[in-house]
Amino acid sequence: MNHSATAVMDPRHPMPGMQVYNLKLGMWIFLLSEVMFFTSLIGSYIILRFAHPEHWTEPGVILNVSLTAVNTFLLICSSVTMVKAFAAIEQGDQKGLKLWLLATILIGASFVGIQFFEYTKLIHEGFVPNFAAYTAEGANLYGATFYLMTGFHGAHVTIGVLCLSFVLFRAMKGAYTSESYGGVEIIGLYWHFVDLVWIILFTIVYLL
Amino acid sequence: MSTAQLVSSLEKEDRTQPGYTDEGLHELSFIRKYVFSTDHKTIAKQFLFLSLFFLVVGGALAGMMRWQLGFPGQPLPGGGVFPDTMAPGGIILPEFYNSLVTMHGTIMIFFAIMPLLVGVFGNLLIPLQLGAPDMAFPRLNMASFWLAVVAGTVMMASFLVEGGAAGAGWTSYAPLSTSGEWTGVYLGQQLWLVSLIIMGASSLTGAVNYITTVINMRAPGMTWFRIPLPTWSLFITAILILLAIPILTGGLIMLLFDQLIGTTFFIPAGSGEPLLWQHIFWFFGHPEVYILILPAMGIVSEVLSCRARKPIFGYHAMVLAMVSIAFLGWVVWGHHMFQSGMNPMLGTSFMISTVVIAVPSAIKTFNWLGTLWRGDIHFDTPMLHALSFVSMFIIGGLSGIFMAAPAVDIYLHDTYFIVAHLHYVLFGGSLFGIFAGITFWFPKMFGRMMGEGLGKVHFWLTFIFYNLVFFPMHNLGIQGMMRRLYDPNEYEFLQPLQEMSTFISISAFLLVGTQSLFAFNFFWSMFRGRQAPANPWNSNTLEWTVPSPPPHGNFAVMPTVYRGPYEYSSPEVDADFYPQDRPPPGAGPGGQAAPEPTPGPAPTPEPVAGD
Repeated sequence: MNHSATAVMDPRHPMPGMQVYNLKLGMWIFLLSEVMFFTSLIGSYIILRFAHPEHWTEPGVILNVSLTAVNTFLLICSSVTMVKAFAAIEQGDQKGLKLWLLATILIGASFVGIQFFEYTKLIHEGFVPNFAAYTAEGANLYGATFYLMTGFHGAHVTIGVLCLSFVLFRAMKGAYTSESYGGVEIIGLYWHFVDLVWIILFTIVYLL
Repeated sequence: MSTAQLVSSLEKEDRTQPGYTDEGLHELSFIRKYVFSTDHKTIAKQFLFLSLFFLVVGGALAGMMRWQLGFPGQPLPGGGVFPDTMAPGGIILPEFYNSLVTMHGTIMIFFAIMPLLVGVFGNLLIPLQLGAPDMAFPRLNMASFWLAVVAGTVMMASFLVEGGAAGAGWTSYAPLSTSGEWTGVYLGQQLWLVSLIIMGASSLTGAVNYITTVINMRAPGMTWFRIPLPTWSLFITAILILLAIPILTGGLIMLLFDQLIGTTFFIPAGSGEPLLWQHIFWFFGHPEVYILILPAMGIVSEVLSCRARKPIFGYHAMVLAMVSIAFLGWVVWGHHMFQSGMNPMLGTSFMISTVVIAVPSAIKTFNWLGTLWRGDIHFDTPMLHALSFVSMFIIGGLSGIFMAAPAVDIYLHDTYFIVAHLHYVLFGGSLFGIFAGITFWFPKMFGRMMGEGLGKVHFWLTFIFYNLVFFPMHNLGIQGMMRRLYDPNEYEFLQPLQEMSTFISISAFLLVGTQSLFAFNFFWSMFRGRQAPANPWNSNTLEWTVPSPPPHGNFAVMPTVYRGPYEYSSPEVDADFYPQDRPPPGAGPGGQAAPEPTPGPAPTPEPVAGD
């Protein structure tokens, strides 16, 4: 049990616990709760769809699958640029960090922009969540679950873009070094999570 | 990540580092010290005052309900202050009665019991019992409290809006809750939803904080199986909160959309599924039940062991029982829905999983009894409350087993038997656990002892009146009286039960009145109580090794932990307690030597008699 004795010498290095800094551990724990949040939405979608299949149309009849496929590709690319930003700061490459962060922000913002365009078009065609105002093919549960799931995902992307902008702002001031890059790492975790959720949502909402 | 990186990232959060600008290093303004404080002990006290306020509100609502049930149709004494939309001439309207029932449940569960257990004891005990200077994320902790204040304000504001506060029950079953057409409540129901979403965010930030702190902020030597049971229970509870609350949030958002933007997730007229709401609600709701009892179990385990001067019986079994209760809590939600039209096959499987929970619960109960067996029991106020917890939890737990059987539940569902059961676990269980906790840790929180004489009077009167209120409700339920009933006399077969209802109501008023003794004792002791020593109960855990109240940053020197938390009456030392951070006999001065005697051929020094 010598490790306890050494731990006394260095109070900043508590021996029990995971060798992960608090912020990163906290982000992982927070993401677990996010998993449960999306589980409640996706679970409700599955139950409603199985109970009322007549509300849904064949894939691609209402929703523009190819546009969203492009959007999905964009979001996956933004995960790649996020990894590049993280790799850059690990090497102490300040210029690379800022460049790749900026790329991630721009791609993330265009995802939200395309989604906004998609929403506007669909609402114009009468594909709305509202039961009383429903006019399009399919029926209201299709619209309601669609906007619920993609909307909350879109909100997560938007929050991610805002947080990334804050990280970029701090990076401009030189807040991150190859020794200390916690902020970049945890926003990266969040960003990859949001990306992963989208891949699931794209599959079940658009393709199935 | 290298050690250097780890250290540099830890430095940002480590409040014991030089240069950390906070209390002790420079004087803080009043607002930063007492209002927007990041100190876990201050936040614990803030939660204490907030949730005690809501406990009073919830009690007052219950009092009004009991007036209507005990004296139906008679004007409430002093009821003239209510507007005509609630109680014209002091006579409670049926709509207002619905709001009373709903808000009593909601406020007691989300704004009184949950913050009392998790907000108060989580914040107070987790860092202190682990030997940490503060929570992992002090500012997030502050946010958690202020979110709770916002949520509480929204909830209270809903009484004032047109149509009154939510009236669809604390469970807000759809489709009753989906439209004001059915309850007469429009904005109030929406505020109820918004308030609970905000309260969920508050609980969630707290849970992230607690889990991170327990995993990462333990003092050297504080291995998993040396963690005191209250902290263990709060850790498990935090995991349940983390995973259960987002489910509720998702459901609340869908219900809010049903009301606000015309979706039909839960409205059958638009092909929605009302049963889906019940599934979502109880998938959250059953883990929530254990969120409300596990911390009380932890508190009681601590008090029983300390005041019986004996090691807790089966420490590992206690931890594992809590873990298994937490696991099983996820697969039993259907037992709330036996009467909902669910597939009966499903009902049987939910019955089996529910009855299985009796096993870990019984392990805990027998271990508490084993702890008491031949102990040197000190009957002081915290101990009385803890003993009452154990006995009341047995009654509440056993009535739970009756209802777990679908065949019995057909008869008992939604009757006063359920009300009796849930109050036996929530009041008899959780609230007695809370009283035990407050009286036990009051000296640590406020630096003064609570009045013992008044405390005992409060305990005995509470114990007696509590049983007089809730035990007869079993009878009412078995005789068929439905819960949430505005006026039972509308049913001829319930009219003979009016006398019992009146008896319950009078007992309830006395029970509420008795709590003023506690309030008086609480505030009197806070200012006039006897100065508390660091360790008034001769307890082992780390929070008692620091002054009462502990200074900012808690520990002058990071403690080293040498043993489990319940080494009472250990043969190794003369005193009947053996604090976790005391080096074993034979260790070098200052505790710098190896914390445990090295096993092997080298002879370890025998403990010297009279050491």
